[in-house]
Amino acid sequence: MTLNTSRRGFLTSAAATTAVLMIGATADGVLAAGASADAMLTPFVKIDSSGKVIAIVKHFEMGQGPTTGLTTIIAEEIGVTMDQIGYEFAPSDPTRYNNLYFGPFQGTGGSTAMANSWQQYRTAGAAARAMLITAAAANWGIDPADLDITDGRITGAGHDAPLADFVAAAAALPVPETPALRDPTDWKIIGNPATRRLDSPAKVNGQARFAMDVHLPDQMVVMIKRTPKRGGLATGFDDSAAQEVKGYIMARTLPTQHGVAIYAENTWAAIQAREALEVHWDMTAAETRSSQQIRDEILTALNAEPSYNVNKADRAAVKAAVDSADRVVEKTFYFPLLAHAPMEPLNCTIEQTANGDIVLHDGAQMPTAPHMAYQEIFGLPADRIHIETMLAGGSFGRRATADADYQVEAGLAFAMTDRSRPVKLVWTREDDIRGGNYRPATGHKVRVGLSRDGRITGWDHQIAGQSIMKGTFFEQVAVHDGVDSTLVEGVTENPYNIPGQAIGLTDTEKATSVLWWRSVGHTHTAYVMETMMDLAARAANTDPVDFRLAHLADGTDDQIRQARVLKLAAEKAGWGQPPEGRTQGIAVHKSFSTFVAEVVEISGTAEDGIVIEKVTAAVDCGVAINPDVIKAQIEGGIGYGIGHAMRDQITLVDGQVEQSNFPDYEPLRISDIKKIETHIVPSPLAPTGIGEPGTPPSAPALANAIAALPQSDDLVAELPMAEAGISFA
Amino acid sequence: MSFTLKINGETKTVDAEPGTPLLWVIRDDLKMTGTKFGCGVASCGACTVHVDGEPTRSCQTYIDDIEGAEITTIEAIENDRIGAAVQQAWLELDVVQCGYCQSGQIMSAVGLLRDTPKPSAEDVDSYMWGNACRCATYQRIRAAVLRASEIMEA
Repeated sequence: MTLNTSRRGFLTSAAATTAVLMIGATADGVLAAGASADAMLTPFVKIDSSGKVIAIVKHFEMGQGPTTGLTTIIAEEIGVTMDQIGYEFAPSDPTRYNNLYFGPFQGTGGSTAMANSWQQYRTAGAAARAMLITAAAANWGIDPADLDITDGRITGAGHDAPLADFVAAAAALPVPETPALRDPTDWKIIGNPATRRLDSPAKVNGQARFAMDVHLPDQMVVMIKRTPKRGGLATGFDDSAAQEVKGYIMARTLPTQHGVAIYAENTWAAIQAREALEVHWDMTAAETRSSQQIRDEILTALNAEPSYNVNKADRAAVKAAVDSADRVVEKTFYFPLLAHAPMEPLNCTIEQTANGDIVLHDGAQMPTAPHMAYQEIFGLPADRIHIETMLAGGSFGRRATADADYQVEAGLAFAMTDRSRPVKLVWTREDDIRGGNYRPATGHKVRVGLSRDGRITGWDHQIAGQSIMKGTFFEQVAVHDGVDSTLVEGVTENPYNIPGQAIGLTDTEKATSVLWWRSVGHTHTAYVMETMMDLAARAANTDPVDFRLAHLADGTDDQIRQARVLKLAAEKAGWGQPPEGRTQGIAVHKSFSTFVAEVVEISGTAEDGIVIEKVTAAVDCGVAINPDVIKAQIEGGIGYGIGHAMRDQITLVDGQVEQSNFPDYEPLRISDIKKIETHIVPSPLAPTGIGEPGTPPSAPALANAIAALPQSDDLVAELPMAEAGISFA
Repeated sequence: MSFTLKINGETKTVDAEPGTPLLWVIRDDLKMTGTKFGCGVASCGACTVHVDGEPTRSCQTYIDDIEGAEITTIEAIENDRIGAAVQQAWLELDVVQCGYCQSGQIMSAVGLLRDTPKPSAEDVDSYMWGNACRCATYQRIRAAVLRASEIMEA
């Protein structure tokens, strides 16, 4: 997605947030509940009465690591160890806790958690340190410049005291607007590979609390029987069989008519009652197309003139350049719908407080979206709606919906009751796999012309697919001149020097709702760009690494960084000299301002089964705040990309999804990838994304390795690979 | 209907319908939420508990079939020598990401190490195959099981 990274926007927001001073209990009572002696030094730093520092984390935790990362920044700047700091999730408040790249909107996505918070949290931590030191210096009658904070103690000029001694005095001071940041050469925690995740201990002993683990007194469990096809409407139901289920309470048709809400005493009763309940559907307007038709529509669009000339190129001239080239490489690609399937099925719990406020307990990826929706549903002002952010069991994009899809379901279901009992909405895995909001189906058709000396002379690139952004809250920022940037990113803004490139886009009609899926447009654009680069290299009789480097030689910052990760991955993988019986493939891609190159090494054959022996990655994401978390994200990103490319797709028959659960939407398994090795390029630049950039190069690197097998006759250009006859051992 | 369970060394009585999966008894009735719901069809392993010491998918185990059995969940696995070693290895290697599947991963890993105290990487892949992790923390899981084996030996 396109993000506002303008310096002006950043500075304005940062100043607005650091100017807020809060002492003791906050007005809304949320931050300081039950801890009246705690002092808020800035909106991001609280110190409790024992002197323990609490980082207020404005991003949710789905495994990508901000509870460790944002806490690391605060700990570093103040001068405490990771044992002396904890974290709390911020309340929903887009004025203080907005994502600085999203405008007045609080949310996590686009791999921006560390990038947008970096300067903000450093400043917040530095401000807290300055306030504590100023308070101590005044008390001791010395110059603040003689003091520092180390391992949680204020020391210097013969003095030494714990933070707790000066918390109250510090909290009474004004917050400095431009406190001095620590010099990177003094960092002890940032960049330290030994720093451990703060969320690990509770996640290995069963104590971690996910939204699914919320049990409010007297709560009802709600499941929705949803329309099996997009556009179907519930017109009524027969619950006579459901009434036989012990624990069944009632059913209500949602006002949207997209389904019927079943209320029960517990989860098992809800599952059984839903199965027993019969819904009357009006399918007049329901989707009727099958996957084959959707694919045909996309491939047909690729052969027509595109609706949008994305880069305002002279396409006729580009086509002429390709047609007159010494060699032409041409390929048509198709990418299927994909579900996110986070490990924790979607759920949230909603309750009404004694004074009529609404509280949502949710693994809230974009709290502002349900916050706005609930103002409408419940007719309440924003300050009477509260969101408790819980741990989220994965997301991969699924929990971030502009229309707050599942939170709205819960809100509507709750609003149809007398609100005396909390409502916990639970999706099953079947709901998740069949529930829409898929990675859109897309197709690409690319024709590349090469000169006699093996240089690209023209690149005609046509894309067709289903727009994620059109018709949503984000249309204004992500759609320009009709072009949904999430369908073309990665072809546009690609660091390669490609003379004469024409990029065209045509929207095709959705058969399901669609949504961003870990790395969004890069899921398909990187596959196309990087397999085409390999095909072009082969046509030019040039080594794939050398061919890429030849098109990264103009000296731009992006090209230098892209070439550096490419060379590092190649070097570490022993590129060109695989062990006996193994074949390598490489890909490199920039996404979310981060550069990642990956080498996939395989053995076996496509007929008897391919084994993915090793993936070697190199990443440049600016300052590596938590190197081990970065490695984990690259490992996970590779697994996510490769797992789906191997064997997953969502298909429709007469408008209805065929898959339903893990047996037919098979997740990557432990035996699928034998080894992953990640190398981080040291960098002084501001940190960039890490949650998503590991995914884009993984599938094309695998495809390139398979295409390089001695007995391979072609590149896999339609996913998943299993459908193309590739078997995996 | 009333059922008596032995869970984590304690005897508990619950009121449940015959045919109720153990998973929902543990989570909804006993409110022990470390055991997770992932798929409901024994295809992901997030709900793994031990029944008489054997890793078992609690979503496909019914309350009527386990009366008298000893059930152990993630909440008590630290009391087991192998369980403590596995948890220590998980922390050393920071295996977790979202963490939702990890209770089940750990319960399966303990079962593996109980059967095979010195497993090979292939043993781990084969035994742990049924425990899905959508974050793909697999290579750390593999390394951590091998590390736990070392800790046990020390």
